Amino acid sequence: MNEKVAQGIVSGLLKQGRSNRISRREFMQGMIATGMTVASASSLWSTQVMAQSPKKGGHFRVAKGHGGTTDTLDPGHHENGFTIAMVQGVNNYLTEVDAAGGVVPEIAESWEASEDASTWTFKIREGVTFHNGKDLTAEDVIASINHHRGEATQSAAKPILADISEIKADGSHTVVVSLNGGNADFPFIVSDYHIPIKPANADGTMDWESGVGCGAYVMKKFDPGVRLDLEKNPDYWKSDRGHFDSIEQIAITDPASRTNALVSGEADAIDRVDLKTVGLLSRNSAIKIHQVQGTLHYTFPMNMGVAPFDNVDVRRALKHAINRQEIVDKVLQGYGSIGNDHPIGPGQQFYAKDLPQTPYDPDKAKAFLKSAGMDSLTVDFNVADAAFAGAVDAAVLYAEHAKPAGININVVREPNDGYWGNVWMKKPFVASYWSGRPTVDWMFATAYASGVPWNESFFEHERFNELLVLGRAELDEAKRGEIYYEAQKIMNDEGASVVPMFAAYVFATSDKVGYAEPFSSVWDMDGERAFERWWLNS
Amino acid sequence: MNDVLQIIVKRLGLGLITLLVISIIIFGAVELLPGDLAQAILGQAATEETVAAMREELGLDRPAPVRYFAWLKGAVVGDFGNSLASGIPVTELIGPRFKNTLFLAVYAAIIAVPIAIMLGVLAALYRNSVFDRVANVLTLTSISSPEFFLGYILVLFLAVKNSLFPAISSLSDDMSLADKLHRVFLPALTLVLVVVAHMMRMTRAAIINLLASPYIEMARLKGTPQRKVITHHALPNAWAPVINVVALNLAYLITGVVLVEVVFVYPGIGQLLVDSVTKRDFPVVQACCLVFAATYILLNLAADVGSILTNPRLRHPK
Repeated sequence: MNEKVAQGIVSGLLKQGRSNRISRREFMQGMIATGMTVASASSLWSTQVMAQSPKKGGHFRVAKGHGGTTDTLDPGHHENGFTIAMVQGVNNYLTEVDAAGGVVPEIAESWEASEDASTWTFKIREGVTFHNGKDLTAEDVIASINHHRGEATQSAAKPILADISEIKADGSHTVVVSLNGGNADFPFIVSDYHIPIKPANADGTMDWESGVGCGAYVMKKFDPGVRLDLEKNPDYWKSDRGHFDSIEQIAITDPASRTNALVSGEADAIDRVDLKTVGLLSRNSAIKIHQVQGTLHYTFPMNMGVAPFDNVDVRRALKHAINRQEIVDKVLQGYGSIGNDHPIGPGQQFYAKDLPQTPYDPDKAKAFLKSAGMDSLTVDFNVADAAFAGAVDAAVLYAEHAKPAGININVVREPNDGYWGNVWMKKPFVASYWSGRPTVDWMFATAYASGVPWNESFFEHERFNELLVLGRAELDEAKRGEIYYEAQKIMNDEGASVVPMFAAYVFATSDKVGYAEPFSSVWDMDGERAFERWWLNS
Repeated sequence: MNDVLQIIVKRLGLGLITLLVISIIIFGAVELLPGDLAQAILGQAATEETVAAMREELGLDRPAPVRYFAWLKGAVVGDFGNSLASGIPVTELIGPRFKNTLFLAVYAAIIAVPIAIMLGVLAALYRNSVFDRVANVLTLTSISSPEFFLGYILVLFLAVKNSLFPAISSLSDDMSLADKLHRVFLPALTLVLVVVAHMMRMTRAAIINLLASPYIEMARLKGTPQRKVITHHALPNAWAPVINVVALNLAYLITGVVLVEVVFVYPGIGQLLVDSVTKRDFPVVQACCLVFAATYILLNLAADVGSILTNPRLRHPK
């Protein structure tokens, strides 16, 4: 038997073992037949097979770096890692973004679009029940979506559903959504964590107060800002998901305490690993540290409507006056990658990978200033760590980088309290962050389209807005790729945001926790779906 | 004794007025903070319409005096309103947390007070000895270290390096008392280290002061044993200042333990207050502060009554 054949057999046996198709005895016999010793075959079985196939049962304990006593059960208000993991553990959505970044069915069994992508028909899965025994029907889906629409809604998802003109049921298990314009990404939008499918009340509103959902886990106790207790939903319709018997999620906002909880065995997994001490933590062999490059990125938006930022050469000068790599190395301790002044991450579909990276070049920055008719430039830069951890440090580094280019950045430290209300989008040059969106159009439409409420750089560009509308309704992927390449190029060259870096999600698990890689890159902790996707090995 | 009752009634009346004034100050302070609840909750995701819709539903669009008096009207009849953020009644929100805070405070006090008084008496007796110096240096070191630092040191040695106690003290309802005492031991120990020094130094000073007075000299001259001198002659007169400092420290144990709560993830009232201030959840902030103020008022009253009861000269005025 030559080596190649043996390798083929080994990998085949591993695969069969992981999917429970062969027993340990058969596995051992097969392995020994390739010339392997009993000891090494046995160790392969325990490390490569048993550790990789999901196991049922166990009590999973997670410590989260978020959670406040003011958290509520209203999914329209959810915004942090604690509540997002909760809402995705208890509920299902019409669709789900999988680890590869594609959209897959969940409550919606299938869907189809009209040719102009403006009418979407979702076929709802039959036989799904809520935790209170009620059948899930089209009425529940409509109530759940309408919760985020209309004048009186307080939901953060209102803007992304604003394009819906009408939503109606067609029979008990079909929902038809009409949009004001075409949107090829609509199935992605309904996967947003704000929009779980929850039971409808008699008056057509959504019942969020009871905490009832149709997801893998039943809510047992939710003590805002303290802990969440979940129990397995015995009637869950997915058989290959939701492995734990029970889950306990604790809010530990202090990074040192969170680390202690993991090290001392009080928690099986933590999110938001403290980057300052991650080197020490990685020495512990019982702990695994995971780094996922996702869509989370930090931005320095300028107000394009205000001088001097209304001059495109001033913006270009500022983009060339920042040493991005140094900020990634010092502020993110290397857990991230440099940005290219547009909000699309390297792992995303339609990422413009051929677009040249804007370099740190003080001479070029100086030249841009000159063509803007200036010898030197002084700007205030209003930042606070509320924008992202390390924002003030990043701003100070930026100010140092910009000096040789004749740009004097005056860093103004603002209080964290009220930063989003009083500084962001009020002062002309600030720091901000975006968790990112699963699709290019969603990201652009949220923060860069003309006139949208979160257009933090007050970006106005005729061609860019045309491209957005074109790309949104385009169902041909190659054409969409070209459209989005041009849009990213416009942002890189003329946009009003410096996007210095993409930050990695860094979380840690004990060696007892099992998971299937790759992790989802949409949110922290495997798309905040660890409850449903992970399992315990012992 | 009637005098004591009179004092209690008078002080309780004054206490109510104090609470009213405090409620006005708290309201004003929350109003002065930038932003409001709607902005704080929606954060970066806020749009003008959603913020306006939320303000209207919660009544935040009304002028400040109207909101204050609406709250006061309810508070007078014992209705402290609902949390603006979660809609849960404030009493329901604070109740279990205050119970946790009291549990921790009492736990720490039961350990700390006897230790502090004993150390104080012994240090006074053997003053300037090696024992006195060591006790002083140790307690002063522990009071001088920030409490979160003490907490981390204890966690490092007692939880991470030797897993004697849990590193985090999250409680659940179905725990037995023994489990709870074990879980909460590290935060309690941290608090003990923080408060012992103050009480011990006060006891020591009060007794040393008394030991120099003529009647103690007299007791010694007539041959009373040293132990009896302390317990019968010195201590009764030292109680008044000691009770006062104990009351002050008990109040601290209830109101000043936010950092310890954060380090040990203990679901007490301090964390609730901090969260509510960040989110501008006025009814909760107000209720927490009033609970704290009432704690101070009651404990001070108890200390004054205690000093009167232990002092015959005050008990039987001429």
